[in-house]
Amino acid sequence: MAIPLALRVAESEAKVYRRVWRGSIFSSFFNPILYLLAMGVGLGTLVDANLPTGLDGASYLNFLAPGLLAATAMQTGAGEGAWKVRAGVKWTRTYHAKLATPIGVPALVNGHMLWIGARVLMVSVVFAFVVVMFRVAPVWQSLAATVPALLVGVSMGAITTAFTTRTNSDAALPTFFRFVVIPMFLFSGAFFPITQLPGWMQPVAYVTPLFHGVQLCRAVMLGIPTVVDPWVSVTYLLALTAGGMALAMKPFREQLLP
Amino acid sequence: MPVYAATFMPTPLITATGLTKHFDDTIAVDGIDFHVDPGESFGFLGPNGAGKTSVMRMIGAVSPITAGELSVLGLDPRTEGPKLRARLGVVPQEDNLDQELTVTENLFMYGRYFGLPKAAIAERIKELLDFAQLTEKADSKVEALSGGMKRRLTIARGLINEPEMLILDEPTTGLDPQARHVLWDRLYRLKQQGVTLLITTHYMDEAEQLCDRLVIMDKGKIVGEGSPRSLIDQYSRPEVVELRFPAGVLEEIAERLEGLAPRVEVLADRALLYTDDADATVEKAHAEGLDPETVLVRRSTLEDVFLRFTGRTLDD
Repeated sequence: MAIPLALRVAESEAKVYRRVWRGSIFSSFFNPILYLLAMGVGLGTLVDANLPTGLDGASYLNFLAPGLLAATAMQTGAGEGAWKVRAGVKWTRTYHAKLATPIGVPALVNGHMLWIGARVLMVSVVFAFVVVMFRVAPVWQSLAATVPALLVGVSMGAITTAFTTRTNSDAALPTFFRFVVIPMFLFSGAFFPITQLPGWMQPVAYVTPLFHGVQLCRAVMLGIPTVVDPWVSVTYLLALTAGGMALAMKPFREQLLP
Repeated sequence: MPVYAATFMPTPLITATGLTKHFDDTIAVDGIDFHVDPGESFGFLGPNGAGKTSVMRMIGAVSPITAGELSVLGLDPRTEGPKLRARLGVVPQEDNLDQELTVTENLFMYGRYFGLPKAAIAERIKELLDFAQLTEKADSKVEALSGGMKRRLTIARGLINEPEMLILDEPTTGLDPQARHVLWDRLYRLKQQGVTLLITTHYMDEAEQLCDRLVIMDKGKIVGEGSPRSLIDQYSRPEVVELRFPAGVLEEIAERLEGLAPRVEVLADRALLYTDDADATVEKAHAEGLDPETVLVRRSTLEDVFLRFTGRTLDD
């Protein structure tokens, strides 16, 4: 019972998305191109000149591409987890409308997570084609890297959903992006190895979902060995997803079914 | 839409006994008893904050009850929420339509939430658009609709699953008079088709227009119950004379007003004289030497019944 209802929740999000998909896919395509050109190719020329053996044996463009894939997936998950939820609960109140039907809170959360997964996958697949365009990796390896990207995107979606349900102020969300999402984007090993971070920051990087997503994406796309056992990373990302979803249930009930 | 034939002893669709709802330390609903029969149009009348919406939400299985017993369509909202919600239609106080979708898409998705097959939904949408007078707006986005159209769409949405009971929370609040009358007309049609309606309102005229039977709520309690007419007959007099006086005068003459009618209510700016013969009462007032700014004679309404029960007007 719960699974088909969750699918209908995701279906409704897809119906809304159909109105904006062109613009959305367009930016999912051009943003990575801009980043890979400016940083991978532009800045990368300077980095490569300084590092004849490369970063983990890779050119800066190749080092950056899988990291940026994971980081983009992470940001997509965070965005869907924050604004969708706040809108559904407070702005458009469409979650209240859904809960007046046989759909309950578990189906709502599951459907919401399914939709986040779908969005992250769309963004990641488009990114994978950009990776192929830049000749970083062959098609199948690029596409295979969308799987760890999906894991990191969904885990961040679940964490952000839990955070959003637990705050009521609208100022909390921009603050969350400023102090959590953007620092994570910059300092979790997507742009440079975390060994470059000051010693006290390295353990913080290890805790972030993005660090695990980045090293998994690099391993799958380019065969670069991981620092942490890949299965530990996969398990960690799945646990964060389950944990975020579980933490969201109670505040969802309190807010939607007072 | 289901049609209910009147039966001799109908099993109530809703029975509530000692129904109670607390939020933290406030008591929203304070141990109320009522029942609703199939096919009737039942109202909850009261000012804002009386607890009407809380009662509706408990009936709709979207708010856990704090204490007491509640049975809706023979189901327990605490344990059979999804099964119960599948058989109800809900029109909430605040519109929560999907603004990004068209009129048809809103109806379609709602049908999907109820697990209805796509072909059946498409068929149903045609009927509902016609019923809600929205056929021409079928492909418009919700954003572009007027307030009255949105409300009619919300009612149509609530009917997508052919519910046995439609719950309407303040259906015409915020609508202009014309839009209200269009909506009343639609609700009246539903009532004629035998759909059980549950309506909350703080408009007396709405309650009188739509409800077969109603309860008057104040501060979480039921203070009166009956048909609009019987409540008025029982707790008021057929006619009301409203005498308006300049500020400050009323307190001075309050005693002189007392003998003019069987019941007298003195409000801030006017006095209400409840009487069986308005003309005679007006004459008496003039004979008493009173000189009101305006004199208004009207029929007694539920507003007067509410005033009798609570000592306050509904706008307070």
